[in-house]
Amino acid sequence: MPSPPDIHRSGRKPFPTYLVVFLAPATVLYTLFMVYPLLDSLRLSLFSTPTQGGPELFVGLRNFVALLTDDLWAPRFWGALKNNFIFFAVHTLVQNPVGLLLAALVSNPRRRGAGVYRTLFFMPTMLSVVIIGFSWQLILNPLWGIASGALHAVGLGALYQPWLGHAGSALIVLALISVWQFVGIPMMLFYAALIGIPEEWVEAARVDGASSWSIFWRIKFPLILPTVGTVTVLTYVGNFNAFDLIYAVQGALAGPNFSTDLMGTFFYRTFFGFQLQLGSPTMGATVATMMFLIILVGVLLYLFAWQRRVQSYEL
Amino acid sequence: MRPLLALLLIAVLLLTGCTPATAPTAKPAEPTKAATSGETVTLTIESWRNDDLTIWQDKIIPAFNAKYPNIKVVFAPSAPTEYNAALNAKLEGGTAGDLITCRPFDVSLGLYNKGYLASLSDLPGMDNFSAVAKSAWITDDGKNAFCVPMASVIHGFIYNADAFKELGLSTPKTEAQLIAALEAIKKDGRYAPLAMGTADQWEAATMGFQNIGPNYWKGEDGRLALIAGKAKFTDADYVNVWNTLAAWKPYMPQGFEAVKYPDSQNLFTLGKAAIYPAGSWEISLFNTQAKFKMGAFSPPTKNEGDTCYISDHTDIALGMNAKSAHAAEARTFLEWMTTAEFAELYSNALPGFFTLSNHKIALTDPLAQEFLNWRGTCKSTIRNSYQILSRGEPNLENELWNVSAQVIAGTLTPDAAAKRIQDGLEKWYKP
Repeated sequence: MPSPPDIHRSGRKPFPTYLVVFLAPATVLYTLFMVYPLLDSLRLSLFSTPTQGGPELFVGLRNFVALLTDDLWAPRFWGALKNNFIFFAVHTLVQNPVGLLLAALVSNPRRRGAGVYRTLFFMPTMLSVVIIGFSWQLILNPLWGIASGALHAVGLGALYQPWLGHAGSALIVLALISVWQFVGIPMMLFYAALIGIPEEWVEAARVDGASSWSIFWRIKFPLILPTVGTVTVLTYVGNFNAFDLIYAVQGALAGPNFSTDLMGTFFYRTFFGFQLQLGSPTMGATVATMMFLIILVGVLLYLFAWQRRVQSYEL
Repeated sequence: MRPLLALLLIAVLLLTGCTPATAPTAKPAEPTKAATSGETVTLTIESWRNDDLTIWQDKIIPAFNAKYPNIKVVFAPSAPTEYNAALNAKLEGGTAGDLITCRPFDVSLGLYNKGYLASLSDLPGMDNFSAVAKSAWITDDGKNAFCVPMASVIHGFIYNADAFKELGLSTPKTEAQLIAALEAIKKDGRYAPLAMGTADQWEAATMGFQNIGPNYWKGEDGRLALIAGKAKFTDADYVNVWNTLAAWKPYMPQGFEAVKYPDSQNLFTLGKAAIYPAGSWEISLFNTQAKFKMGAFSPPTKNEGDTCYISDHTDIALGMNAKSAHAAEARTFLEWMTTAEFAELYSNALPGFFTLSNHKIALTDPLAQEFLNWRGTCKSTIRNSYQILSRGEPNLENELWNVSAQVIAGTLTPDAAAKRIQDGLEKWYKP
């Protein structure tokens, strides 16, 4: 039988041209629409815009110094950063456990209607943030919202507060609305991880006399820890880019008194301007660069500190 | 189950896809070969007044087309809060419409300085406007006007006349009378005394601070004194405005901290509130929504018979995109806007937007006429944060929103508010 020409034995490997062909469209598009704008906005953050038109002037790191220390910019920046961490903390502490709980419940093969629940829990994730923001505003509205009526109906009317209007509660409420919307994503990821666990392992544990509780915590949970990490880093990136929900509910001034101001809304006001305030592209680029750096640091921390440690648990 | 689920998914996706997420954007007008040869040319108007779409389509544009049938005009508004950003992006990208609705003062001045708006100083008919009317759309040296002034809005209070009659109240002339009226309405309990919320923040500044303020700082005198550096926000004239606003709190609706602008509008037009701190631009909407008789009173003074001041704010104008492909037609339209015909048509089509031209006009809407009458009895001024004082950082207007909302909510004292505003202004403004 004549053997086909074998390139591996012919000594010299030809350059895999097809790789270039396959990679080119993605690389070109990604460079054009992601890498170039990113680098250009990093460049822009080193310039200042003269007030009325005119060219940009190179000022080095002065924008960053102003952002971090100037008593006009710094309170807004640190305030937005702090709010962002609170926003993220609420997501991590509520979204992960709730997502895990829901995933554990719907992954139980004996639960009837698990598919329906799965769809229902995932539904809000598919809706537009604007719709979510509008619906929750109506629900919590002090004049015609159902929140106060519902609380009154169970005798807890005194607990009702205009939560979105108080500086102390507005951010937490918005974070919870966001959790409500996006809890479907961790649920699905956890669900996928849970049903990927070989049934024999669970059976073996059961034969050894382990309770459902210890099966979950000693066997299933360690196996899905990498997914917890993935979900957390996805949430982190999403939260530090968050803008739409705050803008839809509280507007670009992120009231009351900037208590719901996130990096995203801060960036919007700085870059595009707001009402009589004119936008500043260069200062906006500075804020955007800070957002980029914060997200970068978070992702690197995840890669080096978390992902390496949990590797040993991987299936 | 599967196909059902897929169908449901598709339905949801379609639904979310169909929501009006974006306001209609203006198409750049197609270039024409020869507009003079009787071919139809299309002009596009950029505006933030999406409430006015039908009025432009049904009244203003047909009236213009009766004279100039060959110039088609498309009114293409975007959402008010997005207008500045959207317009800037369109101008930079070269896709903006031919006619640009101008915000007053620096926003438009910035556009002119960047070369996006054409100078209109030589436009025939510009002399129908007083210097004050043109002041919001002119270079600092007063030489180049770049927008045709369209209208001002006047602040005051609209009240539910039926409710006032029912409760035996008369329109308040002094502040003490206003508080007494609010107290009486509150005691009766059937109506929310004052329909206003602070969730959007701007109402607290625009319908609160700038509405009642001119009586304290004596209109233009106080406003110009601030610009000249002779007055400070920490002066009693300004602190007392916030003191009065703080006294409104007990009369605001329950949970007002989370009540938004449309909520307070609805509260009033549904007949559940008695007094609404208003801008005259509410009139046309209220006319279509409210089923009761409405009246208006000007911001009350300290003592009866004091000179009264009203915020008669230069609000809206129309300029020309300097890069418009149809400059001649756009100028024709702008020239038509300086005529008495347009002044009368516009002020009547949009009750609550009062022409800034010198033409004598009569209004058919009684509520709008009431507002307009105050021009005869009170002295006019404009909002004090608009000219020059909002040029720097922190932005005075945005700061006023923030502190006024906080003063009403009781989380900031009037003195602290005044100090914050003055400190912020001094940071960049040296008169």
